[in-house]
Amino acid sequence: MLSLKNLSKRFGGVAAVDGVDLEVAAGEVHALIGPNGAGKTTLIHLISGSLASDSGKILFLEKNTTHLPPHARVTAGLARSYQITSIFKRFSVLDNLALAVQARSGSSFSFWKPVARETALFEEARSILKEIGLVEKSEFLASTLAHGEQRALEVGLALATRPRLVLLDEPMAGMGPEEAKRTIELIGRIREKATVLLVEHDMGAVFRLADRISVMVDGRLIATGAPEAIRLNSEVRKAYLGDELAAESAP
Amino acid sequence: MKKLIILAVIACAFPLVMHAMGQQFYISFGTRVLIYAMAAASLNLVLGYGGMVSFGHAAFFGAGAYVVGILSVEGVRSLWLAWPAAIVVAALAAALIGAISLRTRGVYFIMITLAFAQMMYYVFVSLKAYGGDDGLSLPGRSTGLGVSLSNEFVWYYTVLILLTAILFLLHRLLGSRFGRVIEAIRENETRAQAIGYPVYRYQLACFVISGAIAGLAGALLANQTSYVGPAALHWVQSGTLMIMVILGGVGRFWGGPVGAVVLLSLEELFSGSSLLGPYALHWQLPVGVILLAVVLFAPRGIAGAFSQKPQ
Repeated sequence: MLSLKNLSKRFGGVAAVDGVDLEVAAGEVHALIGPNGAGKTTLIHLISGSLASDSGKILFLEKNTTHLPPHARVTAGLARSYQITSIFKRFSVLDNLALAVQARSGSSFSFWKPVARETALFEEARSILKEIGLVEKSEFLASTLAHGEQRALEVGLALATRPRLVLLDEPMAGMGPEEAKRTIELIGRIREKATVLLVEHDMGAVFRLADRISVMVDGRLIATGAPEAIRLNSEVRKAYLGDELAAESAP
Repeated sequence: MKKLIILAVIACAFPLVMHAMGQQFYISFGTRVLIYAMAAASLNLVLGYGGMVSFGHAAFFGAGAYVVGILSVEGVRSLWLAWPAAIVVAALAAALIGAISLRTRGVYFIMITLAFAQMMYYVFVSLKAYGGDDGLSLPGRSTGLGVSLSNEFVWYYTVLILLTAILFLLHRLLGSRFGRVIEAIRENETRAQAIGYPVYRYQLACFVISGAIAGLAGALLANQTSYVGPAALHWVQSGTLMIMVILGGVGRFWGGPVGAVVLLSLEELFSGSSLLGPYALHWQLPVGVILLAVVLFAPRGIAGAFSQKPQ
């Protein structure tokens, strides 16, 4: 589905992403873990096109997307969510989603017909609203939502573009246990429709959801494999997982 | 809807009432307000709805005026030719200036739009063939309607009809898919791109539409005074339009027109000697104080202060 070949990005003297090779297979939930500052979010920026890579190649659905602008990658089926919530705050929750649906259904260079009468847009937006559990908040301004709800909308915006592959950048950041549980369920449902590349610090969630895990340290991928293999990988333990894994494997 | 009808009645009755009161001069003043209302509404489209702080809107306003002026001097006085030409030229200027300016953001965008407008200003100042510094006097208003536009009543209603048409067009545009997208880009450009919108194209289209409308307003302005001068392109003109939008309400549908009515009325009130006597020379001072008060106490503008809609 997605394959990165020797992808690099430098900021001044720092190699934020350093020769990364990664294969994300269709249908899997692929988790990307690593300590803070390992370059995970930078990698997401490179894949989504928010940042241009210095060298290397990005293949999405067998097509070279290395130099495509971000919006074209979305059209090709690659959507993302942000670590720091990025929504349309002065739009209603429903309008947020309708806008994302609109982006991939027909041209928006339409200057005359009222969008409010396009029932199909809003119907589809409502179905996503149901999926992310915000039906009662439909008419609320997005800015008035609680943090967890905004995070859900954040993921909803990515889903509304009907992606083949969705990049989720710490969808559970700052969530309470109850919200995190709902998000895990949501990702469980997303995987039935799309491939997921998940960046997340919540190891409970990662080991529950992921089919495969890649570990990133200092801009490099040090391991990729099934959760059990990663759990037992001595290099990974040394570099990162140590304590958290010990706690995780305790009964 | 009720408010709209009241507004329409006032706008239609204005020249008749002024005529009845023997204040013919104010009919022409009313027309000027309508023209500026159109120009300010066009600026509000990019500034208020599109979030693009263009400080060079006089370029398109002035371009429209000069097209009518130059064509008129060259003997083309039909409005069926001159006005569409003004719209097209202003749109082309907006496409060119926008294509370059929209690659920048924030204060750079403000400065580069200002710089382009000032460039055009100096071009026309030095264009001796068409009046240079002194500007151009037109032989008269455009022709082609069958009735003479030099009749102040006919002229007022012609402009009123055009303003109404433009406002209706803007209303449809803002409620359309395109309108939603440009507002979304204003709200969160990064996100708009990340859900699949080619931001630059939408902004440029918005900029061109706005420039075209300003061009039409410019064409009307040239007719209004039968004169075109480089002052129409000067940055002060851009500033005036911006003040109107801020005064009326940035991103408010009636922001532009309300700002035009209020600012020009204040100017008229304070610059006439009937109120301030010899101090009328310094009319900018009281207008400035009122502007400050609006910005401080009604940051959403006058149209915003009277609206329940949150924004």
